[in-house]
Amino acid sequence: MPMDGGIGASTKRREDVRFLTGAGNYTDDINVNGQAYVAFLRSDVAHGKIKSVDTSDAAGMPGVIRIFTGADFEGIGGLPCGWQVTDRHGEPMQEPAHPVLAQGKVRHVGDPIAAVVAETLEQAKDAAEAIEVDLEELPAVVDMKAALVDGAVKVHDDLTSNLCYDWGFVEENRDAVDQAIKSAAHVTTLELRNQRLVANPMEPRVAIGDFNRATGESTLYTTSQNPHVIRLLMGAFVLGIPEHKLRVVAPDVGGGFGSKIFHYAEEAFCTFAAKAINRPVKWTASRSEAFLSDAQGRDHVTKIELALDADNNFTAIRTETYANMGAYLSTFAPSVPTWLHGTLMAGNYKTPVIYVNVKAVFTNTVPVDAYRGAGRPEATFQLERVIDKAARELGVDPIALRRQNFVTEFPYATPVAVEYDTGDYNGTMDALERMIDRDGFAARRAASEAKGKLRGLGINCYIEACGIAPSQLVGQLGARAGLYESATVRVNATGGIVVMTGSHSHGQGHETTFPQVIAEMIGIDASMVEIEHGDTQNTPMGMGTYGSRSIAVGGSAMVRAAEKIIAKAKKIAAHLMEAAEADVELKDGQFSVAGTDKSVAWGDVCLAAYVPHNYPLEEIEPGLEETAFYDPSNFTYPAGAYSCEVEVDPETGKVEICSFAAADDFGNIINPMIVDGQVHGGIGQGIGQALLENCVYDDQGQLLSASFMDYAMPRADDVPFYEVDHSSRTPCTHNPLGVKGCGEAGAIGSPPSVVNAVIDALQSGGHDVDHIDMPVSPSRVWAAMNNA
Amino acid sequence: MATISMVVNGRQMSGEAEGRTLLSSFLRDALGLTGTHVGCDTGQCGACVVHVNGDAVKSCNMLAMEADGAEVATIEGQAAPDGTLNAIQAAFQEYHGLQCGFCTPGMVMSAAALLKEIPKPSEAEIRKYLSGNLCRCTGYHNIVRAIMAASGQDVAVAAE
Ligand code: FES
Ligand code: FES
Repeated sequence: MPMDGGIGASTKRREDVRFLTGAGNYTDDINVNGQAYVAFLRSDVAHGKIKSVDTSDAAGMPGVIRIFTGADFEGIGGLPCGWQVTDRHGEPMQEPAHPVLAQGKVRHVGDPIAAVVAETLEQAKDAAEAIEVDLEELPAVVDMKAALVDGAVKVHDDLTSNLCYDWGFVEENRDAVDQAIKSAAHVTTLELRNQRLVANPMEPRVAIGDFNRATGESTLYTTSQNPHVIRLLMGAFVLGIPEHKLRVVAPDVGGGFGSKIFHYAEEAFCTFAAKAINRPVKWTASRSEAFLSDAQGRDHVTKIELALDADNNFTAIRTETYANMGAYLSTFAPSVPTWLHGTLMAGNYKTPVIYVNVKAVFTNTVPVDAYRGAGRPEATFQLERVIDKAARELGVDPIALRRQNFVTEFPYATPVAVEYDTGDYNGTMDALERMIDRDGFAARRAASEAKGKLRGLGINCYIEACGIAPSQLVGQLGARAGLYESATVRVNATGGIVVMTGSHSHGQGHETTFPQVIAEMIGIDASMVEIEHGDTQNTPMGMGTYGSRSIAVGGSAMVRAAEKIIAKAKKIAAHLMEAAEADVELKDGQFSVAGTDKSVAWGDVCLAAYVPHNYPLEEIEPGLEETAFYDPSNFTYPAGAYSCEVEVDPETGKVEICSFAAADDFGNIINPMIVDGQVHGGIGQGIGQALLENCVYDDQGQLLSASFMDYAMPRADDVPFYEVDHSSRTPCTHNPLGVKGCGEAGAIGSPPSVVNAVIDALQSGGHDVDHIDMPVSPSRVWAAMNNA
Repeated sequence: MATISMVVNGRQMSGEAEGRTLLSSFLRDALGLTGTHVGCDTGQCGACVVHVNGDAVKSCNMLAMEADGAEVATIEGQAAPDGTLNAIQAAFQEYHGLQCGFCTPGMVMSAAALLKEIPKPSEAEIRKYLSGNLCRCTGYHNIVRAIMAASGQDVAVAAE
């Protein structure tokens, strides 16, 4: 039984009350006195030469304060890329400039050309429409393979080609893999596309820049998952503002899913413009603008080969992937198809040799970067689809084939550079099988068939590397940042506690779960603990929230800081009780001396720290406040097994999800209710990818899916209730809480089982279909059935 | 600019609006009621749902002028004056029907309209009714459960 409000309790979320009563404080809810409004003029062509920008008419329109163009940003830094990938030949990737406002050329629809700052938003929009741009339209490159053909139009004239990098991993294994594939008893090959997606958090991005002439300080309010990272990138690389003169605030943020990690042009623009006109400057994205300016996700085209020996043991995996970067390198874009993808290609299986080749390509499309899962869904999808195909080709049970090849001994060093510290893949598969009543499937299939429907059951496993990341390791891999996390624990004189964390909550519930940990450690009520996050001014330097890292890295930093607090409090308690420090115990908020009836309450010790009348001042300082930085020694490896059951209508090709089950191993769990919710949300997005969502450009680079009318987000009636199970738990071996992180699992683990189920259904109807690209829409299913 | 007046959450309020000002912007910017959210510009996400004269409407799909003189209910008026959450709000908290909270005001207002129309909706009815409200965080699972609970129904699904 977990302690009430402690670790393992499904404590109700305290943040809900403000969100349920309209009292949240999202960035767009902030208005700074005297603020002006920005409207961006964005390119409506995918590729073009800017011959001139004439702002003279627009500048005279009512309310216009100032109009900015690329010329205003000459000599100012471009948006930096935070990850340098080295290619197969030891050369650095090609890294183009990314100006805040376009200079000379536009490279995707939505590329900002000019920005109008006016008294009202309507005035800014009206004036933006009156700007005259003389643009020479150039042919656009949209398809990745076409972009790599000799003589293809170049997105960046100063680069040698549209190839960002050609990455091989592990390059030394290349020949061994080729050999293993050549000598294999069986090789299954699959070509597929992991389609481009748009993260679409429900809150569009917002930026408000403010400048204080008296102090020389700039403030940026922004919809960010990592305000300190924005402060560092924008301050150091773009605008040249030292960190002590730059405050970045990310208040309540309405979802991120990766798309709010990155440093965006609009943030730099508003900060810059506020200083230039000496007025606060506010920009709020419309959804249409979000489709054209938020970094998008996925967009990989892959060929994967799986080699097996005569006993169906996996012997090698070889992949070749084309990864779309879009027109510029977004902040962490190069890392997604490489280190977040190649290192996961072993999956849950012991395959002796693996070779991953990734060609990253520039095209005239919106930049692509991390979206929930980031590289790991792409790895999982290929691997779990090819295993399913292999099972069908070999006539073996897909679960048995997986179980036969599971890694079962830990730690396990994969051939793709990571070491799984712990796991139990049979355990999660057992948990899954308990949920899904596989024995009853034949009867369910028969019932569907009686209605004229085809029924399929799809299974898959997944593993992810979370708790991102060991700084020294990622530094060797090209990260231009450390990936530790920080926490300050401030105990007040009357015993209440404020934890200031560098992690950021945009739906994950840190304000509830972090206090549960502190409450458990000290034995006090969780209501005595408050969490501060999202403001660089009152939180220690932290790297923010993504990669399922908050509890694993941020939570660990908080534990380390709290351990320092407890150690100091014990010293004070020892003094108050006139006992030896080593004999002092802390339990249920009481310090006591073993074997005596001496005790002193948590609150009295805190008071003594701040009113040090009877206090060992010669030994320790007054006060009770500690900071810790935690740098993980390894990734964490959540893993699990998922299943989906579908019904396909052979008349229309429509797929209906009948049931979905997920068994995850997240190690220890702080708040099961919140963990369930994270998995539900991830599955919802994964089903969206599998069945509905598709970000499509035409061959001129026009975005065809540029609103919620054309980009099909999953709605309540597209999804079922999900069954989730977290009973299989192998605690992480290297962080103090034994936690692994749960934010991305659902999105990583769910797409393959949906597609596997659809293929299973079609095969049961005698259709020889072995793959359909996502989204598995009615028209694609129908076409596959009828052409096959 | 014209002066627009309406009774919002039982209180007479007025502010300035242009002819093209949407009700959603009027509530947020002129009246300072920022609980109503704007998640799209095509009338498809439902983050902006409020009640006008008792009917659920997408406030981004209505001009402020059209609501001149109307009775408007927003998320800010749903809890009791002492802060006690109403049954739907309480169920959303109890069943974890929200994460980032951005879709939540619209969800709660839509759910209120649904329960007025169908006091005990089935799972399918709830899902159908909510098809105009997007949530990117929850996968809808706990939103549906919360609405079932708020309408006094058993929410025992296998996934607890
Ligand atoms: S903001 Fe009204 S429907 Fe999206
Ligand atoms: S709770 Fe975030 S969009 Fe619904």
